[in-house]
Amino acid sequence: MPLVPAITDLELLTKHFAVAQLLAWNRAAVLSAKFDRDELSVSIAPSHIRESCAILRDDSQAQFNFLSDITAVDWYPSEPRFEVVYHLLSIPRRDRVRLKVRLPGSDPCVESITTVWPAADFFEREIFDLFGIQFHGHPYLRRLMMPEDWEGYPLRKDYPVEGYR
Amino acid sequence: MGHLTTSPTIEPGQDGTMILNMGPQHPSTHGVLRLVLEIEGENVIRIMPDIGYLHTGIEKTCEAKFYQQVVVLTDRIDYLCPLTNNLCYVLAVEKLLGLEIPERAQWLRVLLNELTRINSHLVWLGTHALDIGAMSVFLYCFREREDVLRIFEMVSGQRMMTSYFRIGGLALEPPLGFFDRVKKFADSFPKRVDEYEELLTSNPIWVERTKGVAYISQEDAIALGATGPTLRASGVDFDLRRDIPYSSYDKFQFEVPVSTDSDVFARYILRVREMRESNKIVQQALAGMPSGPVKADAPKVVLPDREAMKTQMESLIYHFKIITEGFAVPEGEVYQAVESPRGEMGYYVVSDGTAKPYRVHMRGASFANLQALPKMCEGRLIADVVAAIGSIDIVLGEIDR
Repeated sequence: MPLVPAITDLELLTKHFAVAQLLAWNRAAVLSAKFDRDELSVSIAPSHIRESCAILRDDSQAQFNFLSDITAVDWYPSEPRFEVVYHLLSIPRRDRVRLKVRLPGSDPCVESITTVWPAADFFEREIFDLFGIQFHGHPYLRRLMMPEDWEGYPLRKDYPVEGYR
Repeated sequence: MGHLTTSPTIEPGQDGTMILNMGPQHPSTHGVLRLVLEIEGENVIRIMPDIGYLHTGIEKTCEAKFYQQVVVLTDRIDYLCPLTNNLCYVLAVEKLLGLEIPERAQWLRVLLNELTRINSHLVWLGTHALDIGAMSVFLYCFREREDVLRIFEMVSGQRMMTSYFRIGGLALEPPLGFFDRVKKFADSFPKRVDEYEELLTSNPIWVERTKGVAYISQEDAIALGATGPTLRASGVDFDLRRDIPYSSYDKFQFEVPVSTDSDVFARYILRVREMRESNKIVQQALAGMPSGPVKADAPKVVLPDREAMKTQMESLIYHFKIITEGFAVPEGEVYQAVESPRGEMGYYVVSDGTAKPYRVHMRGASFANLQALPKMCEGRLIADVVAAIGSIDIVLGEIDR
């Protein structure tokens, strides 16, 4: 499909349940929203991410009952450096939404959502392992892919592709 | 990969329990999965998967390649369904580019994807039966798998690492005789599935080993992120091909098998029925295959035909440009998910406007499905762990990436 300009006006996006419910719950939690290439992204204040996920899961209209994916992007050298990206899926409504939080480069830390979806366990461990982002409240935050004694976080942009030799 | 610590969370010897290490070289873990089991007699108390032995940093490598070069890497993620991975990645980049794909290319993609599903399910059925002790099924399944691999070889030159789907369409028009060969396979395949079913479905040993084993409730399956046949066996009627269609899947008629038994036998029955449905889709694709080009009309993105390159100046220039500089993709991000044989395969691609992806993340279906394994096994017999691992159909390449 040909590209169309993205919609970023919050008022125009309230027809999407995810935006409407989050705004109704707490206006301060939603920093911005964007509808681009048929996909909705909502930027959330880092301190509200766990509650936002719980609201979207339990809301009778939004029904985002499934956690598809969590990942992170490193926007080095700009600040806030890290972006943690959550992809939620509503199985009954066949709809998706992307939640994003931005975290600072020094001591990046965000609340874990393992209490909302146990599925977040491996995803958060993987991000901790490869990006060095801490998840508060995660039951077992240890390296998942790399060896325990590995130094550095390979998916950060300042980590060379060939590794340190 | 917590393999340096001998006991990740489990303290050995509590209440007379014992720690048992399974893998990473255990034949029934389908690769290099390591499980740390805490057992009391024959019962599994706790189970802890340990992964990362096959981690090759594919996501990092993608950031250093041009968009068209990443296609080759996607084959290596889930080596049992390379074409599904190819499809998911090229769909994501095409969405970023806003590229329209010719109908023939879309239909060929569907056809090859369903053959891939059959291929993957055949490997699963063979190895799963072998794990549980039915040796001959393996030989039957690999007989048909060979036919599918020969079809892939015919169309792409490779049996497994096909890289046949490219951004903007397909690598080539399929060779002469391709459709006849697929037709011959699709006509004979339902009888072959009958043969597997005769060996297993009413076999008392098979039923005894699989019925009621590795139960997981619907709530747990959703909360733990299980997808694909593992989720559908728990009674969730959800298939991305039907519910969030891509690549013109909405033009095909097929059923999505669902069961509420949530055990190993239900997952077996679902996958066998899925093979039959896939075969139906292949037949429909053969019957209604549209004519036309297999590449989009986008000279800056799609490599020109060799013939045009040798005769036309512009084609030669475009070819040189794409190979040496790649092509710039407009800024943005997309998450594209497809129904792989194992469940939801998702690619999250972020572009910063250059010719190399800023970030590529793969959501492997097995990665999430593996998290459901402890729930299936805890409190049950140790002998059933092998059946449970087989029933979620994991591929470690996709888990560790």
